[in-house]
Amino acid sequence: MPNKLLFTILLALLVPLAHAGEAVTLHDDPKLEKRVMALSEHLRCLVCQNQTIADSNAPLAVDLRSQVREQLRQGQSEQEVLDYMVARYGDFVLFKPLMKSNTWLLWFGPLLLVLLGFAVLIIQLRQRRKLVQQAAPMSAEEHARVAALLSGKHEGDRA
Amino acid sequence: MNRFLVPLGIFVVLIIFLLIGLTLNPREVPSPLIGKPAPAFRLAQLQDPAMTITPEELRGKVWLLNVWASWCVTCRQEHPLLVELARQNVVAIVGLNYKDERDKGIAWLRELGDPYLVSAYDRDGNAGIDWGVYGVPETFVIDKAGIIRYKITGALTPTNIRDEIIPLIKELNDA
Repeated sequence: MPNKLLFTILLALLVPLAHAGEAVTLHDDPKLEKRVMALSEHLRCLVCQNQTIADSNAPLAVDLRSQVREQLRQGQSEQEVLDYMVARYGDFVLFKPLMKSNTWLLWFGPLLLVLLGFAVLIIQLRQRRKLVQQAAPMSAEEHARVAALLSGKHEGDRA
Repeated sequence: MNRFLVPLGIFVVLIIFLLIGLTLNPREVPSPLIGKPAPAFRLAQLQDPAMTITPEELRGKVWLLNVWASWCVTCRQEHPLLVELARQNVVAIVGLNYKDERDKGIAWLRELGDPYLVSAYDRDGNAGIDWGVYGVPETFVIDKAGIIRYKITGALTPTNIRDEIIPLIKELNDA
């Protein structure tokens, strides 16, 4: 029995060792790694489209990250690496869309909708004010009825 | 009546946009490489590591580059179409064996037939990245001058071969 216990404990101790094998990307240059990750935040993973390659562990994302790492290591600038990716995968690879004539609607569309909403609101408010102004003034009888309704004694109406 | 007409109109427009959205495929990212020279590589051949293959060798021919791997399920689905295309002998088909193991790739071709003039062995996927590959299978059409003219991401189908690939090959061959 103690033997079995000992065996179990030893086995449990092995668990962290078994996991140790999964930490694959431990790099020797933390400064470079920081740049790689920062740049990876700007690149879209094309197989998992709403993630950046920094977020994703899809094989393509891992490959693209190592491509980024390799090029930065060779002394390429951030912009050069981005250009390299765009040349191969198109503008879509950039996580933040470029400001170009064909993306204006994307960038300014929401603002346009807000402005449209304000315009509709203003027109409505003006029309309503006009309606109020145009309405015929109330007679004395109507005033009395309003007062009665507001004071809560309107039950008498029905009787 | 007018009160309902405006929201209804907005609703209909919204529905039309959503319906158009349903017919689009977000995975189909237009390749910026179309109209550009095919990226160069020099890779070992799959079946014979001692031999290399480079796109330069196909200059003057219209050819297809088909990116495939033995682990790729969709490749298995499109493969008979490639075999058939090769049998008809209308175009040279070059394989790019992408991130695969050599013996598995060779076994796969032995089992399913080998439509490729030659398959390049891209173990680490670097040539794939150069070609903007993100979803295997992918098929590129390259013209005689070595310019990429067309790309299909995903499986070849009888429809896209008949309506897109074959007419384009004919056109490029006549050019």
